[in-house]
Amino acid sequence: MLTCKQIAELVTAYAEGQLGVADRLRFQLHLGLCANCRTYVRQMKATARALGRLPEPELPPELEAELLRRFEGWKSKR
Amino acid sequence: MLRLATTFLKDRSVAEEVVQDAWLAALDGLDAFEARSSLRTWLFSILANKARNRVVREGRSVPWSALGGDDDGGPAVDPDRFHVDGHWNEPPARWTEEDPERLASRAETRAAIERAIAGLPEAQRAVITLRDVEGLETGEICNLLGLTVTNQRVLLHRARTRLRQSLAKFMAGAR
Repeated sequence: MLTCKQIAELVTAYAEGQLGVADRLRFQLHLGLCANCRTYVRQMKATARALGRLPEPELPPELEAELLRRFEGWKSKR
Repeated sequence: MLRLATTFLKDRSVAEEVVQDAWLAALDGLDAFEARSSLRTWLFSILANKARNRVVREGRSVPWSALGGDDDGGPAVDPDRFHVDGHWNEPPARWTEEDPERLASRAETRAAIERAIAGLPEAQRAVITLRDVEGLETGEICNLLGLTVTNQRVLLHRARTRLRQSLAKFMAGAR
């Protein structure tokens, strides 16, 4: 049986699908029995998913305008 | 693009210049793009090359193949949080908010996440930016940054653990 400490160190390998079948089952068995680790794993996944929803940092308007101008020039040459 | 550039280059205005260079180089080279990778990965690889060249020109080299100077090979989570038998000594507290959408959209939690990302060591920041923010596949990230799958996972694990810890602290303070 895996310990909570091991779960906390394996959570990324688990979430990334990089655990072998036996370790994945051991991981899931522990989660089924341990509410604290379920909370921990849920929070780790929420953290990773929140990152995927962050807005892009905004480009300064002058840089955006310059890029659009160069893009228009590139299009018209084709 | 800008987010990735700032992981290589701290100076925001230099990062913006590199993003512009990368876009222009991509436009020039678009005819040579062979769709062996996604267009996005191709763009990121141009950006990473431009950024690395800029770093070298400025005399600061980043050891991407190494785990980074801060890594002592120890566990990512503080061992004091566990009893000697490996069970939680200090279990994770419930969060007031666990919905990823709301974590990213609320100004306070978003700012806490951005601060935590900015505070990560460079290699961790690059890996978590590419994987979790931009959604690249592990193999693509390893190619881009010259990492093994194991190194990539260790960096990602440390970065996610630190970010979760920062959010936990933020929520405990916000109660």
